[in-house]
Amino acid sequence: MTDVITAPQATERGTAVEFRALRRTYGSAHALDGLDLALKPGELLALLGPSGCGKTTALRLLAGFDTPTSGQVLIGGKDVTGIPASKRDTGMVFQAYSLFPTMTAAENVAFGLRMRRVGAAERARRAAELLEVVGLGDRGGSYPHEMSGGQQQRVALARALAVSPSVLLLDEPLSALDARVRVQLRDEIRRVQLAEGITTLFVTHDQAEALAVADRVAVLNKGRLEQVDTPQEVYTRPATEFVAEFVGVTNHVPVEDGRIRPGADTRQVRPEGLTVGDPDGLSGTVLTSTFLGAVTRLVVTTEVGELIVDVTSRPDLPAAGEPTTVTLAP
Amino acid sequence: MRRRRWRVVVLTIAAIYFLVPLLSAAEFSLRVPGGGYGLGNYLAIAHDDVLLTSLLTSLQIAVLTAVVVLVLVVPTAVWVRLRFPSVAGLLESATILPIVVPPVVMAAGIAFVQANLGGPVFRTLFASSTTALTPFYVVLALPFAYRAVDNGLAAIPLRTLVEAARNLGAGLPSALVRVVLPAIRTAVLGAAFLTLALVLGEIVIARILLYTDTFPIAVVEVGRSAAGVSVALSLASLLFTWVLLLAVSFAGGGRTRSRRTSA
Repeated sequence: MTDVITAPQATERGTAVEFRALRRTYGSAHALDGLDLALKPGELLALLGPSGCGKTTALRLLAGFDTPTSGQVLIGGKDVTGIPASKRDTGMVFQAYSLFPTMTAAENVAFGLRMRRVGAAERARRAAELLEVVGLGDRGGSYPHEMSGGQQQRVALARALAVSPSVLLLDEPLSALDARVRVQLRDEIRRVQLAEGITTLFVTHDQAEALAVADRVAVLNKGRLEQVDTPQEVYTRPATEFVAEFVGVTNHVPVEDGRIRPGADTRQVRPEGLTVGDPDGLSGTVLTSTFLGAVTRLVVTTEVGELIVDVTSRPDLPAAGEPTTVTLAP
Repeated sequence: MRRRRWRVVVLTIAAIYFLVPLLSAAEFSLRVPGGGYGLGNYLAIAHDDVLLTSLLTSLQIAVLTAVVVLVLVVPTAVWVRLRFPSVAGLLESATILPIVVPPVVMAAGIAFVQANLGGPVFRTLFASSTTALTPFYVVLALPFAYRAVDNGLAAIPLRTLVEAARNLGAGLPSALVRVVLPAIRTAVLGAAFLTLALVLGEIVIARILLYTDTFPIAVVEVGRSAAGVSVALSLASLLFTWVLLLAVSFAGGGRTRSRRTSA
């Protein structure tokens, strides 16, 4: 299932998108504080950050639902800043409940084509084709209330793609779904996006989601860009303290000569970068032990503070309250 | 168990309270002079030209009022929810005014305005009860219609639906007509029927302004000379309202089900 997401490659078929010095203020609050960001044609860029960081504002400015205080939005090199949402040629999938409740799945998918005055036969053909693409070929006649949340979001994806937009906008489309469906649909979105070669902006606050599907991840904080890079780089080499904290879990560990040494300069170390049980390690006591399946997460109290350690689950791991030692993983 | 028993008691009392007068009225309306029962009073309605004409006049006013009210209320309520949610409270207070101001006071104000407005346009407007009463009934119906429509809008993800429609190439008017209006059709129907019920029962303004050819006034007039016919008429209009309400609840069935399953 994860094959499609381990080697993401952007195609050259899509349209380039650019935010230039984009600023959006609400009174004295800066939702976006001079965002400069370019999406390559055909790439899926995840805009990641905590709530209120400005990621949804950026997406809404690109969709045309909001007007920037200053700066420009470019689609395919063309400045679209003053162009209304209905003429922007973007396809958007919302968080949830965006399907038109009085229309069937097929009518929802065909809506954009109807607005573009495409003939009824062609509309029906394209709607059936798109529903097939998202695996709902047999649900064209169903109303939104007759479908599950995951199916509704698939229809919403088909609806966004039906008009062959230049850019696909995904506004936390998985956040209202349960965990299993979320992973399924996430992979589905990536498969369709790669097949269509469409430039995609994926807004999410879920770092695992961003790392799993994106060609590149842009981390936003307080309206400013912290880092834009591949998921691997963002995770292994966070550019700022904020990125390190927000993307994955980070320990601040004093390290000298490849060993944990109290008083030395601190370094950011991921939980899987630490291990327990080496007799030469830093002594501590296990505070909590959480079994997460393949790995077990231990929180160990040491003289340098609490350290979070992810180790492969095995029977001989120390339990909560037991002494142990912590070292950097080899 | 105890709660259920209470429910039965309350329901029984309520049923007696509502049904006894209705059944008595029905019984009274079916009596024929000289003893026995028959449909004479109901047949008399059908043969009373004054009643039928007044019913037509009132229905005309009601339809016109409902159309004007909906044209005013639906875009306003949508606009406020989308663009000016901060003034929603203010607007809601403003729409209550016609309820707060007693109809007699309103009628006195209207009479004053009417007496002081000159010109051929206003003379034509005030010449027929349809055109004269409609603007005032619009004001009276506004609070009820606004509330009904606004509740309908509160029940749908309005902003998302409008943005989705715009994103797919629809302008705001098109999004309103193709997406929002069908989604709140029950609320719109409810607003229209409330307006209808209000116009078919309004008597104070019509009487004070001397437009005596409306249905509610005709009912009162008939009541003076033929009590049986008047009661039959009241029952018939009550039945008519029930049928309308039943129609609304059936029309709303689809959406109620959809909300339950998608929750």
